[in-house]
Amino acid sequence: MPADLFFYPLALGLLGAGTLVIAARNPVYAVLALIVCFLNGAGLLILMGAEFLGFMLLIVYVGAVAVLFLFVVMMLGVDEQRDVRRGFLKPVGFALAMGGLLFAQMGAVAWLWPTVSPGGPSDARAETAASLAQDGGLQALGRTLYTDYALPFQMGGLILLVAMIGAVILTLHARGKTAARRQDPRDQVRVRREDVVQLCSPPSGQGIAP
Amino acid sequence: MTIGSVGLTHFLILAAALFTLGVVGVFINRKSVIVILMSVELMLLAVNLNFVAFSVALGQIAGQVFSMMALTVAAAETAVGLAILVVTFRAQGSIAVDDLGTLKG
Repeated sequence: MPADLFFYPLALGLLGAGTLVIAARNPVYAVLALIVCFLNGAGLLILMGAEFLGFMLLIVYVGAVAVLFLFVVMMLGVDEQRDVRRGFLKPVGFALAMGGLLFAQMGAVAWLWPTVSPGGPSDARAETAASLAQDGGLQALGRTLYTDYALPFQMGGLILLVAMIGAVILTLHARGKTAARRQDPRDQVRVRREDVVQLCSPPSGQGIAP
Repeated sequence: MTIGSVGLTHFLILAAALFTLGVVGVFINRKSVIVILMSVELMLLAVNLNFVAFSVALGQIAGQVFSMMALTVAAAETAVGLAILVVTFRAQGSIAVDDLGTLKG
């Protein structure tokens, strides 16, 4: 199976879309390029044999995060970015120099890795490797996640809860006291019977005048 | 891990290039914080690719577990960051990086 034929198109798509993300004039195009980026990344994960993580990347990132970005970009308006090139060109040489340095370092590490790596999987990891090759490691992933990493798993849930509450609180309070509908216990307790109850005997066939 | 002629090094260099793109994006963007947040997402994607590549290459599932954790934290970070962005836009009417110097004193 010519699986390596898929690597280079996916990699090119990933890098091209990534370049578009950081260089697009219109933030909406940047978000769409980000979605393409995630699609290619998921393809690479599936190519590597981590199918579960690939599809989860699709669901979480394309389905939730990118759509969230799109919502915010469209909510804040894009004509705000009329003068997009203001100050854009000034630090670009510095940024490219820093990026080149960083890429040289990481590339060197990646290049030298096979010479210092312990090699292929040892015997103790052979079972995991077999599971990885068989079903994308889904079984091994679940077993490890729910036993060895149960506490970090719970912490992840807690982080999501805190983030959810934080996002809601942030956007709710900034709107002022009138926009959000809140309960006022004082008003609720002080309500009297005459304010809310009206007794009447409607005549047959006529109903109650509003 | 070898897929045809593609090995671990290919994935590592690809992830390094993607991470570099994210860093350059953080550096060169002065127009809006949203694009900077997207650059951070690019970096996180690169890190996830590295985690999974090493996990598959070394036959250790812990890398994929950690990748899931990174995914969770990234989702939380995006939600809170975008909420802060919306609040900032309401308060200041702009999300350009140059206009966010209120704390400079």
